[in-house]
Amino acid sequence: MHTQTLAQLSKALRDKRISSRELTALLLDRIAAHDDSLNCFITTTPELALEQAAAADARIAAGEATPLTGIPIAHKDIFCTSGVRTSCGSRMLHEFVSPYDATVVARLAAAGTVTLGKTNMDEFAMGSSNETSFYGAVQNPWRSGLVPGGSSGGSAAAVAARLCPAATGTDTGGSIRQPAALTGVTGLKPTYGRVSRYGMIAFASSLDQAGPITRTAQDAALMLAAMSGFDERDSTSLTDPVPDYVGELAQRIDGLRIGVPENFFDAGLDADNAAAVREALAELERLGAKLSAVNLRNVHLSVPAYYVVAPAEASSNLSRFDGIRFGYRSARAGDDLREFYMRNRGEGFGQEVKRRILTGTYVLSAGYYDAYYLQAQKVRRLISDDFAAAFKEVDVIAGPTTPTPAFPIGQKMDDPVQMYLNDIYTIGANLAGLPAMSVPCGFVDDLPVGLQLIAPHRAEGLLLRVAHQFQLATDWHTRQPAAFA
Amino acid sequence: MSLQAEAIEKLCELARLEVTDPEMADFTSKLSRIVDLVDQLQAVDTSATRPLAHPLELPQRLRPDVVTESDERALLQRNAPDVGNGLYLVPKVIE
Repeated sequence: MHTQTLAQLSKALRDKRISSRELTALLLDRIAAHDDSLNCFITTTPELALEQAAAADARIAAGEATPLTGIPIAHKDIFCTSGVRTSCGSRMLHEFVSPYDATVVARLAAAGTVTLGKTNMDEFAMGSSNETSFYGAVQNPWRSGLVPGGSSGGSAAAVAARLCPAATGTDTGGSIRQPAALTGVTGLKPTYGRVSRYGMIAFASSLDQAGPITRTAQDAALMLAAMSGFDERDSTSLTDPVPDYVGELAQRIDGLRIGVPENFFDAGLDADNAAAVREALAELERLGAKLSAVNLRNVHLSVPAYYVVAPAEASSNLSRFDGIRFGYRSARAGDDLREFYMRNRGEGFGQEVKRRILTGTYVLSAGYYDAYYLQAQKVRRLISDDFAAAFKEVDVIAGPTTPTPAFPIGQKMDDPVQMYLNDIYTIGANLAGLPAMSVPCGFVDDLPVGLQLIAPHRAEGLLLRVAHQFQLATDWHTRQPAAFA
Repeated sequence: MSLQAEAIEKLCELARLEVTDPEMADFTSKLSRIVDLVDQLQAVDTSATRPLAHPLELPQRLRPDVVTESDERALLQRNAPDVGNGLYLVPKVIE
């Protein structure tokens, strides 16, 4: 039962072949059996889960179920969950019990999902390997000793290991798509503003966006339908109506114009990874799509632009953590208020978070603001304009999600720039606010590889449709890591 | 461009971050590499380009200026490290 997709489980629940309580207990058992080795979860919530499952069973019996009613899921620990610890992977929030639910959590709960627990992540979502978590690294289910990617590494690994059919994630520079690629699952970052950021702990507010991690595009469509939509509590929430994502899936992709950014296939891309992605492009062509080259000439500047904009916004967002109203407080008494703040923050934040706060402080400081922050925002427009020009010629852009498959734990921790370059293909979509997704498209040395699809603003439906049609023709997304079969 | 320890100390002061000696050594080399990375932006001609702050360039929505929150002080203070009589307590910091 645990190997079934969300859509299959949804049918099984409504056909009364299994109850939500039985399904929830089964997955809680799997988490108990496997999570010591994987470290996907920071907190599990068995009591809450069984309570929600009982309510879901009653709702199904009453004939009032949605497609998500009774489905057990996990939330990235960046989403506030009322009455449940919300740590954001940080010592700073190790004891923080949220007084309210994030909109994403509330909407999924209203649809009837069951919360199994909160997943591990890079501290404050700052990382591409899940190694910066206060709670330790997450293992890649495909091979122990390798990273699952990050920052939504716990969510991706949990879905890949069949501990849950779906999980929530957030993506500021690739944090849904990159771990989805490295663990062989499907991950979608919607258009900026499509999913409410209310109750999602802020990292870089002009880039942050929540989305689903699932095993199929169909499941992603079901999750996104429940997660998205206008929220008056998020000032950047899109007011556009939410389209029928599930209804669009069946439409074929004959004649669809797919653009391939050739500079995504330059020397930085692993040759075997490139071959798998090329084969996926050929498959899309066999499905009737028309491939053509597009030129994203400034995309190589996306990593440097991002590492100005994101740390600048982070240094501002994380100034709220002072150890007074909530969060970590140092046991050492300070002599004055300045020292009090410095000790609370110095001990509460980990190294990568401190580096980003310092980088952000640097690029925003007097005398450097124009040279760094303003310049980065201008380059951001150049990158965004490249995508806009490309979308005059093509409907969707396709290429690799990551430069390589999963790498060893510890390999890139000494060189932040090497770590940052993991996101070289994903960051552009964040800077431009575009929806993008990663779907499994092959293997290199028995490790999964992701195909990235990027669409114009608000076109998640088109992305999901292309991904679904690809998954009807391929079986990469059905492969599962042998240790967790 | 390399960032010297003195410059990093000033940033730590501005950002209110206490940093240990081993951390300082680590930050000196790693932050310099990060600055080298972002310095690639300096070579780009943006003289005719306007900055982009919001990816969809939508205006900020406004709401009516009315009270929508209720008093949740007791609930919110459950997360505070130290409270007394409904107040947030901190070490004595004013002589």
